[in-house]
Amino acid sequence: VSEELVLEVNGEARTLVVSPWRRLLDVLREDLRLTGTKEGCGEGECGACTVLLDGQPVNSCLVAAGQCAGRAVVTVEGLARKDGGAEILHAVQRALIDHGGAQCGICTPGIAVCAAHCIDAGLVAGSDARGRVRELLAGNICRCTGYQLIVEAVVAAAGAK
Amino acid sequence: MELSEPVGEAVGRSLPRVDGVAKVTGRARYLDDVDAAGAWHGVTVRSTVAHADLDALELDPAFDWSQVVVVTAADIAAGGGKNLVALLEDDQPALVPVGGRIRHVDEAVALVAAPTRALAFAAAAAVRQRVTPRPAVLSIDDALAAVTVLHGADNVFKRFMIRKGHGDDAGLDAAFAAAARVVEGEYHTGAQEQMYIEPQAMLAWWDGATARVTGSMQCPFYVHKAMKALLGCEADGVVVSQTVTGGGFGGKEEYPSVIAAHAVLLARKAGRPVKILYDRDEDIAATTKRHPARVRHRLALDARGTPLAMDIDVVMDGGAYVTLSPVVLSRGVLHAAGPYKCPVVRIVGRVMATNHPPHGAFRGFGAPQTTFAYERQIDEAARMCGVDPLVYRRRHALRSGDTTATDQELTWSVGSDAVLDAVERVAGPPPVRDGTAAGGAALRRGRGLAFYFHGAGFTGSGEQRLAGRVTVALVADRDDGFRIEVRSSSTDIGQGAITTFTQIAAAAFGVDGSRVTVVDPSTEKVPDSGPTVASRTCMVVGALVERATRALRGRVDAAGGDPAALVAGGELVEHAQYEPPPGIHFDDATYTGAAYPVFGWAACLVDVAVDLDTGEVAIERCVHAVDVGKAINPVVVRGQIEGGTVQALGWALIEKIVYRDGKVANASMTNCIVPTFADTPELETLLVEVPYPYGPHGAKGVGEIPMDGPAAAVANAVGDALGCRFDAIPIAPEDVLAARPRWRLA
Repeated sequence: VSEELVLEVNGEARTLVVSPWRRLLDVLREDLRLTGTKEGCGEGECGACTVLLDGQPVNSCLVAAGQCAGRAVVTVEGLARKDGGAEILHAVQRALIDHGGAQCGICTPGIAVCAAHCIDAGLVAGSDARGRVRELLAGNICRCTGYQLIVEAVVAAAGAK
Repeated sequence: MELSEPVGEAVGRSLPRVDGVAKVTGRARYLDDVDAAGAWHGVTVRSTVAHADLDALELDPAFDWSQVVVVTAADIAAGGGKNLVALLEDDQPALVPVGGRIRHVDEAVALVAAPTRALAFAAAAAVRQRVTPRPAVLSIDDALAAVTVLHGADNVFKRFMIRKGHGDDAGLDAAFAAAARVVEGEYHTGAQEQMYIEPQAMLAWWDGATARVTGSMQCPFYVHKAMKALLGCEADGVVVSQTVTGGGFGGKEEYPSVIAAHAVLLARKAGRPVKILYDRDEDIAATTKRHPARVRHRLALDARGTPLAMDIDVVMDGGAYVTLSPVVLSRGVLHAAGPYKCPVVRIVGRVMATNHPPHGAFRGFGAPQTTFAYERQIDEAARMCGVDPLVYRRRHALRSGDTTATDQELTWSVGSDAVLDAVERVAGPPPVRDGTAAGGAALRRGRGLAFYFHGAGFTGSGEQRLAGRVTVALVADRDDGFRIEVRSSSTDIGQGAITTFTQIAAAAFGVDGSRVTVVDPSTEKVPDSGPTVASRTCMVVGALVERATRALRGRVDAAGGDPAALVAGGELVEHAQYEPPPGIHFDDATYTGAAYPVFGWAACLVDVAVDLDTGEVAIERCVHAVDVGKAINPVVVRGQIEGGTVQALGWALIEKIVYRDGKVANASMTNCIVPTFADTPELETLLVEVPYPYGPHGAKGVGEIPMDGPAAAVANAVGDALGCRFDAIPIAPEDVLAARPRWRLA
């Protein structure tokens, strides 16, 4: 049974009529056509579907639409800001490009969202920033890079902020 | 405009990926992101037994079939095609026909499509199979015993033999009789899932009489060939194109022909586009994996420890159909003696038919299995002789002028000393033996080394037979006057092919990379440059891109040097086709000669800490030196090496496929695990460049070699830590603890 769902997505208020049992992932991809959020496993293991829910990273394949009522969702499409007509990428998006942290790219949106959150919340800090990044991003699987270039990108972006 | 000298500042620099912005913003469109209005969802009905006769398919009469299309094997012949997945042999059906034989669990027996995915899944569950089970062959030993025969007289899909330095088995025995000591071992390596993060996905529709297929794939022309046979059409009867592909690693080499076949059959019957997306569990359960292997290796040494002879027996589990198994085995045996001088070598290889889902292409392609065996053997030899493992390897490594097991004389680009030197320079002292884990458990540390080579490009005469082609065009551009367009069927699957080709073409034409476009591969728009496999894209196809682009530049120079003026009347094109380097000949009948035009070389050093309470192995350090000839884009090359390294570390320690009655018992990412950020050490990657005269700017293949050796380095390190042998991977904590009676911690 569909119900009205009011939530904020990437800073905009949205009103949808959907079943509250549907996965947030599907609502984002199918109803809102925000296809940057990817499905890699559907069981919360790979992290490709990571979005922020009220500022905290979640696997959107494990969140029901009904749980998002009145809450704020940020997807990869919401990381960059607009400055006039220009798109200003988030520091971690820029760093992922500059450091070679994206290869096939299917895990990249989830990693960018999670890493952006960690950087913005000041979590990437201390003497062992690399080790910290490895803990913070342990829920996001990448099969291409071996992680090293992503770690370097995130640490660099954290320093650049 | 002024063109610069065509030597190119674009090469050797880590320019940002051409597709970088699209990927970090989520705008890159993978198959499931493509807007396919009106497309139905296809779902595969799969077998539940490993070996059986399929007696009947029944549609549950209680189910409402009015909105569902069902396809069976009968629809294929009715459409004028052949029920097969054309590859090397014609043994694999696209769908098991009623009256035919089910040969593995999760084999496709029927297809359904419906307007929603949920309805399609419900319909698939309402297709009943009546089967008569047969005895199944579910191990290499059972296949060799041949009590149940699945293929030929003895279950052997393919057999190879290599002999060097002796005429017959008596000659081999004589060489072993002269040995002061013999190192022996039996090595087991398991199946491995590619675990690309984008599951297999394909969309098909019919445009009049033309079938159109698009999706996630490495090799558009493999799919094209398979569709021609399936549909019984000519080359122009089907168009295949690649969407942005979320990883492949071999898993999207041959398998996409299966899912493409299913989508195209459903689309024809449904009269509308049909999309098939595999769920992760389906993808793990049904698609190809690395061949499990058993390698028996005997190494004869003289009194000083010098190798006199090797006797190697390689057996792989091919699964239910031939697929690419003969080629995987070929690469396996061709690498089985390793990069070591040895006058007498016998290598026997067999790949067996079983009732497992077919094993297939995975990065390394047979070489990681045989590399694991010889690098364990060489480590044992060094230990037995009391020689430092690095010194032993250096002493016996192949160098220029030496011959491989196939009597190939190495003439150029031999990086053995360079990679060993690179590792030695940074190695430092071995790790402190004993330590304490955070939780208080005792730790025991060890160090392991591996040294290996990997033939780049197709085996033997493969590149000549394929004769890959590339087109480079000078095309008019409204804003900038002209552009360079690179057309090939080589796909970017994350490895950076688009960026690498852009840099090669930009350098060869003498322009900035922003003027180069690498077109998306579609069989109606690009020539067949061959499949995206075998560490060949940069080295072989990149060389063609360079040659064609230089020829184009030559024409521009001859015509006065103004590309924009020259192209005003229409595009200018140059084609390039593969030609072998001089002196490269391989004899397929005797398996002698130049198996590969050139080899990449690598050395890997691993330090581990073993938790003596839990048996857990942590990799504390991983140094990997790889000779790549020339890094066109060093960051792209690092990405290739590091990604392959971690896949190899995972294969060594945690990646395991559990088959139960022929079915993958751990078909989910929860229990079929791969390394995470937290499992992976800081990687020390050393790029070594010993140029290959026939590669673009000296480049040679890099895609696969990093997969070959790290697993042996890990096993050698665990062995060093605990003082006993580890000859099978993965080395799970329970394996470490089970070996406790053999530990020698003194």
